[in-house]
Amino acid sequence: MKKEWPVWEVFIRSRSGLDHRHAGSVHAADAKMALENARDVYTRRQEGVSIWVVPSASITASDPEEGGELFEPAKDKVYRHPTFYDLPDELTHM
Amino acid sequence: MEIDINCLDLEFQAKIDSGKTIEPKDWMPEKYRKTHIRQISQHAHSEIVGMLPEGNWITRAPSLRRKVTLLAKVQDEGGHGLYLYSACETLGISRDELFEQLHSGKAKYSSIFNYPAVTWADMGAVGWLVDGAAIMNQVMLTRTSFGPYARAMVRICKEESFHQRQGFEIMLSLCKGTAVQKHMAQESLNRWWWPSLMMFGPRDEESTHTEQAIKWKIKLKTNDELRQQFVDQTVPQIELLGLELPDPAIKWNEERGHYDFGAIDWDEFWRVVGGNGPCNRERLAARKEAWEKGAWVREAALTYAEKQENLREAV
Repeated sequence: MKKEWPVWEVFIRSRSGLDHRHAGSVHAADAKMALENARDVYTRRQEGVSIWVVPSASITASDPEEGGELFEPAKDKVYRHPTFYDLPDELTHM
Repeated sequence: MEIDINCLDLEFQAKIDSGKTIEPKDWMPEKYRKTHIRQISQHAHSEIVGMLPEGNWITRAPSLRRKVTLLAKVQDEGGHGLYLYSACETLGISRDELFEQLHSGKAKYSSIFNYPAVTWADMGAVGWLVDGAAIMNQVMLTRTSFGPYARAMVRICKEESFHQRQGFEIMLSLCKGTAVQKHMAQESLNRWWWPSLMMFGPRDEESTHTEQAIKWKIKLKTNDELRQQFVDQTVPQIELLGLELPDPAIKWNEERGHYDFGAIDWDEFWRVVGGNGPCNRERLAARKEAWEKGAWVREAALTYAEKQENLREAV
């Protein structure tokens, strides 16, 4: 048998109240081992309170070459930001 | 077609020049990919081969405090190897292929680990000098152009500063101890000094990759610049320990604003790189043995996972 353990992406919540954030990846035979390996590799100094592991093969990523079409539509919509609106300086609490 | 590639090359270089990072799925020249696979894997191999000389002393550490810190350092090195292997795999090479390259001798690792750690003081000198030299290189690499490599470096640098401090603390204790202990520290410094200076690689005029590496921001300083920086920061530390300088030619040069130092034995450097250092064969044999003896574990874990999966599906 010449098969590698699959790759898992590791996401860590560094403390309660924060999002899980991508930390890196590990190889593991199954999900339980992936969690244990992620614990050993990415939280040796209490970097986390929660870990997610996801098989890398399950992730669908956007193609950087199509980044233009994908993200450009938002580019000219400056009116989605609060600073777009001209309001008098006297106005407070807004 | 050729024009297209040239055009992409120019765009790619412009992206690097503007300080943007390159991510795994971005277009990159084949040479950029290959150079990174070579460098990142060499770095990863260095971390795991680097566990061997220190692992040798865990069971013989002189106190529990020294034992737990050394153990933590060696565990970190295993972790650092894993961060780097993962970063390298994003370039489209598998973990097994990377190990295969190490075991066949196709991929190199840092020559420093081909020297033996023969006394307890070596645990001090290795942490202080070898990790110190590695950190200088790694701090530079936190700003390298390839995203996964740079991010692995940030994590590694954060963790490594304790490695150097624990090494210096070992040296300090020995230097404050008996005459025999201080002598042990001196002897270890003398032995590790030159190999540490060699860690920065050949002289600039003999380094074939430097120009391209600087263009791609794999290197932000040349080998000789980093070596000089290392000497400048380490000489005062040697004096603080109260040890003799390991090289009689070390002398402050007012005009240059740097320490001068003696000639490095480049024949020794090339001999060790070429596979004939004191421990080359021993280190590689230890890695291969670990890989071969672990085969049944890798296979059994995979078989167990498949069985569990089948059981779940059957329910």
